[in-house]
Amino acid sequence: MDRSPDVVIVGAGIVGAAAAHVLTAEGLAVDVVDRGAPASGVTGAGMGHIVVMDDSPAQLQLTAYSRRLLDELAPELSASCELSRCGTLWIASGEAELEAVEAKQGAYAEAGIASEVLDGDDVARLEPELRRPLFGALRVPGDTVVYPPGLARWFLDRAVERGARLHLGTEIDSLGPREVRAGTTTISAGAVVNAAGPWSGRLSPGLPVTPRKGHLLITGRYSGFCRHQLVELGYLASAHDLSQDSVAFNLQPRPTGQIIIGSSRQAAGWDGAIDRSVLQKMVARAVEFVPGLAGLDVVRTWTGFRPATPDKLPLIGPWPDEDGPWILSGHEGLGIATALGTAQILADLMLERRPELDPAPFRAARA
Amino acid sequence: MTEWAASVVVVGAGPAGIAAAIRAEGAGRSVILIDQAQRPGGQIWRHRDRAALPRQARSWLQRLDRSSVRLLTGASVVDAEPSSRLRVDLGGRPLGVRWNDALVLATGSHERFVPFPGWTLPGVVGVGGAQALLKSGMDVAGMEVVLAGSGPLLLPVAATLSRAGANLTLVAEQAPLGRVIRFGAALWRSPSRWLDAARYRAGFLRTPYRTGTWVLRAEGEDRVREVTLTDGDGERTLPCDLLCTGFGLTPASELARLLGCATDGWRVKVDGVQATSEDGVYCAGEACGIAGAEIAILEGEIAGLAAAGDRAGAERLGRRRPPHDRFVAGLAQAFRLREELSALPAGTTLVCRCEDVPLERLRDFGSTREAKLHTRAGMGPCQGRICQPALQHFFGWGIDSVRPPLFPTSLSVLAAPEEDESPPPPTSIT
Amino acid sequence: MSVESEVGLTVDGETVSSAADITVAAALLNLGKWRFRRSVSGSPRTPLCGMGTCHECLVTVDGDRHRRACMIPVRAGMRIETDD
Ligand SMILES: Cc1cc2nc3c(=O)[nH]c(=O)nc-3n(C[C@H](O)[C@H](O)[C@H](O)COP(=O)(O)OP(=O)(O)OC[C@H]3O[C@@H](n4cnc5c(N)ncnc54)[C@H](O)[C@@H]3O)c2cc1C
Ligand SMILES: Cc1cc2nc3c(=O)[nH]c(=O)nc-3n(C[C@H](O)[C@H](O)[C@H](O)COP(=O)(O)OP(=O)(O)OC[C@H]3O[C@@H](n4cnc5c(N)ncnc54)[C@H](O)[C@@H]3O)c2cc1C
Ligand code: FES
Repeated sequence: MDRSPDVVIVGAGIVGAAAAHVLTAEGLAVDVVDRGAPASGVTGAGMGHIVVMDDSPAQLQLTAYSRRLLDELAPELSASCELSRCGTLWIASGEAELEAVEAKQGAYAEAGIASEVLDGDDVARLEPELRRPLFGALRVPGDTVVYPPGLARWFLDRAVERGARLHLGTEIDSLGPREVRAGTTTISAGAVVNAAGPWSGRLSPGLPVTPRKGHLLITGRYSGFCRHQLVELGYLASAHDLSQDSVAFNLQPRPTGQIIIGSSRQAAGWDGAIDRSVLQKMVARAVEFVPGLAGLDVVRTWTGFRPATPDKLPLIGPWPDEDGPWILSGHEGLGIATALGTAQILADLMLERRPELDPAPFRAARA
Repeated sequence: MTEWAASVVVVGAGPAGIAAAIRAEGAGRSVILIDQAQRPGGQIWRHRDRAALPRQARSWLQRLDRSSVRLLTGASVVDAEPSSRLRVDLGGRPLGVRWNDALVLATGSHERFVPFPGWTLPGVVGVGGAQALLKSGMDVAGMEVVLAGSGPLLLPVAATLSRAGANLTLVAEQAPLGRVIRFGAALWRSPSRWLDAARYRAGFLRTPYRTGTWVLRAEGEDRVREVTLTDGDGERTLPCDLLCTGFGLTPASELARLLGCATDGWRVKVDGVQATSEDGVYCAGEACGIAGAEIAILEGEIAGLAAAGDRAGAERLGRRRPPHDRFVAGLAQAFRLREELSALPAGTTLVCRCEDVPLERLRDFGSTREAKLHTRAGMGPCQGRICQPALQHFFGWGIDSVRPPLFPTSLSVLAAPEEDESPPPPTSIT
Repeated sequence: MSVESEVGLTVDGETVSSAADITVAAALLNLGKWRFRRSVSGSPRTPLCGMGTCHECLVTVDGDRHRRACMIPVRAGMRIETDD
């Protein structure tokens, strides 16, 4: 190595890539190492829903903040990021859920996020494929969808323009606070960031990040079949409960006219095989909401491992103590949506500035 | 989902699959034979008119008719579950097919294409593709046709086109004459192959057969109107309504790979009795190497016996098999693609036809998966079956993973729950 | 060859007749259809492989989109739409 960078980032997923983008913009010299290609980890498997979520106040703040940061970049993004302003519809499954719709709108309003309560007729007009009767929904018009590998690559390309170096196809065996080691090679740096996603615990043994398996499925091209990302209101509850396997209705129109159908959550270790019974449950749930899906062609199915933490918030900061290497991991099912916000908080902490959001809930050493 | 079961299930009703099914049935097993085409016979025996088939083919097809093998046609295998069950798309309805003892994969091959400017124009078809379309009723009488590609398949297809009344103006083989002759000479052990070749050549005597000649580009507004070829020195442009192009065959190993069977490149690895690396799963025919129908039949017979538990019988038959690997290697060597073919596509030539990805967007990447993630090449409905062999040829990249479904199929077929008692599909089962 | 009967089809709204016992792909080509589908960037495509692999022959059959024309036999009364 002819120069020792200020920061070496392990992982060229969306999280490491966003960090490289933000840190180089701050003028830091950055190296990014990945054992594979950019976005070849779970970022290549995710749905790319840039969504505001309110499972906890910290999550609400982080998702809202991150969405705003991405919106600010929107005019610069390349076509390959496939940014689509489709918005989200949170669908109520019965009268009983309408109260939850109202409550959600209140929470969003407090966080400065515009949303609109729709009645059943409005929903039917917006998305005619949804099964009747329809009770209502919360529409969040500012939510967007991206193509995660495209966005990760865009971040890395910007970083490289500002002098970042990529070491692709390089597997890191171990890391310390000031260096990473790959075989006999060592890269020393002012700081080390472990952004190895679901695998970050392998490089920082004891880190409370575990793989949470998810299945997705994509159809052929059916332009205009639906217009919004459609999510059942019960999704949050299903995502929240870590103790059991779950499926929830979550459907995303791609700019190609394809539809991605999700999603499942399982603690299944590192077995990436398609679990047919989970696939069946997931499809059954989707067809319950949108009967017309049953006749559409599936082109491919796949799985990915979300990097999950016990309290469902990402880890941002040094670990296990103030002298440890930096961790940027544990984004579970929201890494695409929150990569920019977490990268900004990381940069602020590294540069000893006060982050816009209170970083305490995300402190890596909380765990 | 309705479910059927048999002791032995065979996928692919080409020569290998038919032979496997007949042999397994002969050994006393119940057998289900599945093919996505409407008629048995695979790529070579699937004639609408059986009388036109050679005697050997007719005899196998008759044995199949008379057997108790349950033949399931128009049936695409779309998934293989670890629990010994195939999921089949039968005219848009799901059907489960369970194998109690053994599964034989006889899924054949795909045609290999090399992209060149204009290859996506309407009227540019595969060589095997033209053959398949003719067999399924395409009328080529009076059309101007040029055949340009590589491999032994050019000859029978040229003969068929001529017989069907096409005005076949040129058959261009990219391999140089010397290699083609050496390959022919190596065939002296199998006189039937010589006879075939001579008969095929006689079938298009009025058309020149040029070795060392390859296609440069196809042109036309909204369909192909002319093709330009070269022998390395001059260029020659011919008018055409149909350009048939194909550069040999690639084993169709998707189902085997989905089941976890070990492969060597595209080929499924098998032992002396056609057993794959997976318990109870056998493979026969072109899926384990491109060697022609003769060997496919023999491999099918071996696999059928082994699948039925007659290992001794399978081994006995196995000893009759000519040195397979030598033939496979000889074929690959004789018709290996010349360097110039790598330079055919322009930057704007599409390589992935499903997603319209041009060559120039692919050059920057290092692997099939990386290129796929960042350009969508291989993400379309053919799942890379057409572009991956081309990418392998251009860049030496590897083979992407296989995931269900094997072919696009409706959600209701792929994910119908087992316990769902849907009415049985309308069936052509016999 | 066995006696070849004809079947009536509707192709892109027009009533036509085709040989029976052939595939939709063959029938469309025989009718001079040189555009089965439109590619993602809008160019016309016709069958390449003829055997179910390439998916260049996708058409709408009886309202069902993305069907492989080379794998489906024509049936009397079938409605086919090209240029999807
Ligand atoms: C089914 C599913 C749907 C999802 N949908 C969404 C969604 O709609 N919205 C959303 O925001 N999020 C979604 N997610 C979550 C999102 O994909 C992840 O949170 C995010 O991609 C995490 O990014 P990452 O960079 O941390 O991890 P990764 O993308 O996995 O990056 C880690 C990188 O580290 C590399 N690496 C690991 N170990 C080493 C080593 N030892 N040496 C070198 N390199 C190494 C890997 O190769 C990898 O490239 C979804 C996830 C799944 C599974
Ligand atoms: C397009 C093409 C045209 C050819 N034309 C000729 C020719 O004219 N003359 C010649 O000598 N050789 C020809 N060949 C070579 C010839 O096919 C082989 O030599 C011989 O047929 C090999 O037999 P097989 O049983 O291994 O495969 P095949 O005959 O290819 O049979 C495989 C069968 O499996 C079926 N199948 C595959 N996957 C599935 C699935 N998932 N679900 C259900 N069914 C499935 C296919 O529909 C096919 O019918 C051709 C090959 C191809 C690919
Ligand atoms: S022509 Fe290739 S799939 Fe029909």
